[in-house]
Amino acid sequence: MNMLDFITKLLAATLAMGTSLAYATVGEVYTQKTGILNLGMEGIMLMGALAGFSTAFNTGNLYLALMMAMLVGGFFSLIHAFLCITMRANQVPAGLAITMFGTGLANFLGERLGPASNGYNLTGMNIPDKFSNIAIPFLSDIPIIGALFDVSLLTYALYILIPFAWFFMYKTKHGMVVRAVGENPRTAASMGISVTRIRYVYTVIGGMLAGLGGACLSLSFTPSWNEGMTSGKGWIVIALVIFSTWNPGRVVIGTLVFGGITSLQFSLQAAGLKMVIPSQFLGFSPYLITLVALAAMTIINQKKRGSFASPSALGTSFAIDDK
Amino acid sequence: MSELTTDETPVVRMVNITKHFPGVLANDQVDLALHRGEVLALLGENGAGKSTLMNMLVGLYQADSGEIFVKGELVDINSPQDSMALGIGMIHQEFMLVGNMSVAENIVLGMKGLPFVPPMAEIREKITELSKRYGLQVYPDKIIQDLSVGEQQRVEILKLLYRGADILILDEPTAVLTPGEARDLNEILKKMLAEGKSAIFITHKMDEVMEFSHTVQVLRRGKSVSVCPTKTIERVQDLANMMVGRDILFSLERGSYNPGATKIEVKDLLALPVGGGKPVLDNISFTVREGEIFGVAGVAGNGQQQLSEALTGLLKVNGGTISLNGKDMTNKTPLQVIKAGVSHIPADRGRMGVVGDMSVGDNLSMKKYRTSELSAHNIIKRGLVRKFADRLIDLFTIKTPNQDTSVKFLSGGNIQKTILAREIDSCGGILVAVYPSRGLDVGATEAVRQNIIKQRDKGCAVVLVSEELEELLMVADKIAVMFEGRIMDIVDAKDAKTEELGMLMAGVERRDI
Amino acid sequence: MKFRLEKRDYRSTRMAVLVPVVSLLVSFILGAIVLLISDANPFQAYAAMLKGAFGSQTKLQYTLVKSIPLLLCGLAVGIAFRLKFWNIGAEGQYVGGVIGITWVMQFWTFLPTTLLLPVGMVVGILFGAMWGGIPGVLKAQWSVDETLTTLMMNYIIIGFAEYLYFNAWKAPRGNMGTVLYPKEAWLPRIWGRVHGGIFFALILVGILWFVLYKTRWGFELNMIGKNKRAAECQGVSIKKNIILAMLLSGAIAGLAGVIDAAAVTHQLTKGVDSGYGFTGIIIAWMSGLNPIISIIVSVIMAAIETGSDALQMTMKLPNAMGAVLQGLILIPLLAGNIFIEYRLLVIKNRKEVTA
Repeated sequence: MNMLDFITKLLAATLAMGTSLAYATVGEVYTQKTGILNLGMEGIMLMGALAGFSTAFNTGNLYLALMMAMLVGGFFSLIHAFLCITMRANQVPAGLAITMFGTGLANFLGERLGPASNGYNLTGMNIPDKFSNIAIPFLSDIPIIGALFDVSLLTYALYILIPFAWFFMYKTKHGMVVRAVGENPRTAASMGISVTRIRYVYTVIGGMLAGLGGACLSLSFTPSWNEGMTSGKGWIVIALVIFSTWNPGRVVIGTLVFGGITSLQFSLQAAGLKMVIPSQFLGFSPYLITLVALAAMTIINQKKRGSFASPSALGTSFAIDDK
Repeated sequence: MSELTTDETPVVRMVNITKHFPGVLANDQVDLALHRGEVLALLGENGAGKSTLMNMLVGLYQADSGEIFVKGELVDINSPQDSMALGIGMIHQEFMLVGNMSVAENIVLGMKGLPFVPPMAEIREKITELSKRYGLQVYPDKIIQDLSVGEQQRVEILKLLYRGADILILDEPTAVLTPGEARDLNEILKKMLAEGKSAIFITHKMDEVMEFSHTVQVLRRGKSVSVCPTKTIERVQDLANMMVGRDILFSLERGSYNPGATKIEVKDLLALPVGGGKPVLDNISFTVREGEIFGVAGVAGNGQQQLSEALTGLLKVNGGTISLNGKDMTNKTPLQVIKAGVSHIPADRGRMGVVGDMSVGDNLSMKKYRTSELSAHNIIKRGLVRKFADRLIDLFTIKTPNQDTSVKFLSGGNIQKTILAREIDSCGGILVAVYPSRGLDVGATEAVRQNIIKQRDKGCAVVLVSEELEELLMVADKIAVMFEGRIMDIVDAKDAKTEELGMLMAGVERRDI
Repeated sequence: MKFRLEKRDYRSTRMAVLVPVVSLLVSFILGAIVLLISDANPFQAYAAMLKGAFGSQTKLQYTLVKSIPLLLCGLAVGIAFRLKFWNIGAEGQYVGGVIGITWVMQFWTFLPTTLLLPVGMVVGILFGAMWGGIPGVLKAQWSVDETLTTLMMNYIIIGFAEYLYFNAWKAPRGNMGTVLYPKEAWLPRIWGRVHGGIFFALILVGILWFVLYKTRWGFELNMIGKNKRAAECQGVSIKKNIILAMLLSGAIAGLAGVIDAAAVTHQLTKGVDSGYGFTGIIIAWMSGLNPIISIIVSVIMAAIETGSDALQMTMKLPNAMGAVLQGLILIPLLAGNIFIEYRLLVIKNRKEVTA
């Protein structure tokens, strides 16, 4: 295997790995931009993965599977929205609750929604169809960047979603409202914007995208369901939001870097580096790198100000007659 | 103000408006009428219900009962969008602007009928045209947080004009302005009135009432107590009495001025903001002696807050020295500063002064819990704390059901008295008080001022930061005026003139006055 | 008809008690729906769980044994939560404790066997403290978000532990797990399976209660947790206390790991990431961060876990049911907390207000 080939393969793997993260991160960016911190991503993504897989398993319809994943993701984030917005609960424990409940329920249902022949277990089952890669002729033959044109439909959709998410946030009137609500909810309210409604809407949309992100894991690549299969990706998403400095356009960079590290780890393991570095070390390296990057990023951002800052009202509840 | 001649139906008529908040009757059967081209001054103490009444007119709150007529028609205002559609717009006391968005974005934010992708070029043009017409200079692409307070207020006015408001509500618009800026605002208002717009002006400054308004309406404890044409008012004192319902003290008891040894010595203090930029404290030097009240005047946001935080160890400075009682205390921790005898009445009561979720007793003991008076061997003696708290509650007449009530359930005045009690009780010779009477009613304000003077008479060195010149002239011995992080001048309070201080506050150099 | 929340002018103690109890009930009702959806009879299932948790002396002992690390993790998390420091890394700090004691047991053979247990416990506690202290320092010095750092550190140490029991420290025989600790160094049992760790846990409850409610430091932690800025103005050092609290929190979670390893597993092996650290979050929140109430809550949580193990044995239902119920408790609890300080008003129409 020559170097060029290796890089192309790595990029392909990166895109596959990053797709799931990118959906969820765009979703969480929007949620946080309205001032709601949703730490339930891990649970929501896992529920999305389960909903997607079990729907595909039982109906064979991949698009129905995506819709179910989004529906379930939306429902779970609706619970979060209800807790944080209507009941003014602290957003951190509320998110943890969603993660714990979502993880538990997904793992429970994963052992109940399968076929009787497998003891109702979904683990180890296959689905008839999957989101496989579609190569665009000629473009996909270019070295390295060819990998960009040999991806699944889910990844192609991102090529549209991410620029759109950026455009929507910074150029449209709705994006303006989103930014205002997360930055200064009182002002938004005084301009006749319903802070409650906006926060509900974008928290639910964020959850739907996270559900979709979860489904990417179980419906493309090697489609399968495994207990706890998101293995912390929901938390990586929270870190990626910080790395993207709450800018949906910059989500690309974070997901590529993180997807790259993760797939590099797999390629290195495959390439036999196991002999030099234990596989477990490679296994936790993405989390270690996230930790280091997060610390570095936070320290650097403190020295600067302005556009890298989190939305001012992030994590706080709002009621107009609070004084 | 120009003469007002009108008999037509009022543009706004509020009838029998009542509004409850938990435990408070904020408005009790209030009537109000505003005519075309009229400026109505709504006068009253803090908590009299002025802002609540206006917030109902713009749809932020809804009345429990009563009716609102706009241009003769009965209306139902449920949201700011409803009021905007009727041509009513409000400039809130605390500006309603999104700090990290541009001027243009702020002006069109949430507007009905805006296209999916707002045409920013057109919007910019319209803003420029409006700003020329009224003499409100702003740059549509600037980011709000880079603007001065005066500029931000212009954006607020433009926001209303852009949306075609012809009934303007201004909630204490001059509170944050220098006297010069306030005069500019007056000019702009005149232009708008000439076009047939009308305005309601909330204030508690009597001179502004006399200067700007046609009609005065006074609210007291949620009730409308008087409405009369401004020109029929003969003495400002009468207005003040109407507001509070009794004669207010215009002077305070105080001992003679006999300053002793130097307690605070500040030299060439320099503080830079995080991330760089203009210094927030620029070459500050002064001394405060025993038995002296050192007043710090200035429009909010000119470094007074930072100065008080540097003195109390909360803000690290980048240059210069602070010595207390002759010892160098530059960049020491808050605890070291406290141990050097410094007490602090912070600017933001709720966020810095008290822990709202803890009891009155706990809050009172938050300085002394670490001393042998209330604890031994690191263990807090609950019995001693109870006695200590009861004594302070009595001494400072803090109104609370008992000392176990959470502080957040107390009124603003009693929260401030709790802080005052704790800080004065533990004071070791130096007191730093920042906006101590902000937002308090007349009674509580008097109590606060008298206690501060008492400390001075006992030989304490006091730094008093205030935005009210009136307060400083009444209480302080010396007055320093701050502007953009610098001290413009330090004057003796007894020879100080309001106009002169006003010029200094606006950044006019001494030699140019 | 509309609903509106209105702030009370006092804290309702009745609600403060009622809300957690009702939450527990609601979680079981919602759990029943989950069971119905997955074709199981909820009554049977709950009966099986109850029997599985308390049905016999052995089962009760199992439940109690489980409640010991849970209680300790709940205490650990509770201390950090007091400062609104969201330590979700008790899991990793627990694993740190197990690694520490295993290191001593396996490699400090120069020590007399009687000293292995106490020294191993101290080292394990220190490992836990270190693993909690790092995010504490990162937060205190540079305000690095602690939810993420503590969580990432879980994954790191769990991966590291895996490396140890699969590779570096693997016992010569078998394919995973370290060498069993010498029998003389095990934490002794006192009643059936219940071991001496229960004393450590209960004594710690007493100490923490005293420290948190009676000492100057407890008072300072309370101030910081409820209003950081005001505490700072009163001369309380936020940085120092965050680091101290996280060292303590990590140490207690480490102790949980140490005790479980010394008394139950006697080795470092697969399953060391048992989820106790996460359940500790629920315990801390449900007990209102009160160490004494944590005792009851941790027994309930342990019962849910042993009960759901029984569910798997007797009714062939996945034992993840336990996690579903535990996760479900937090939701009504968080939703209900608002009623402690607010009351619900039902507004029939705009002009009429009734309580």
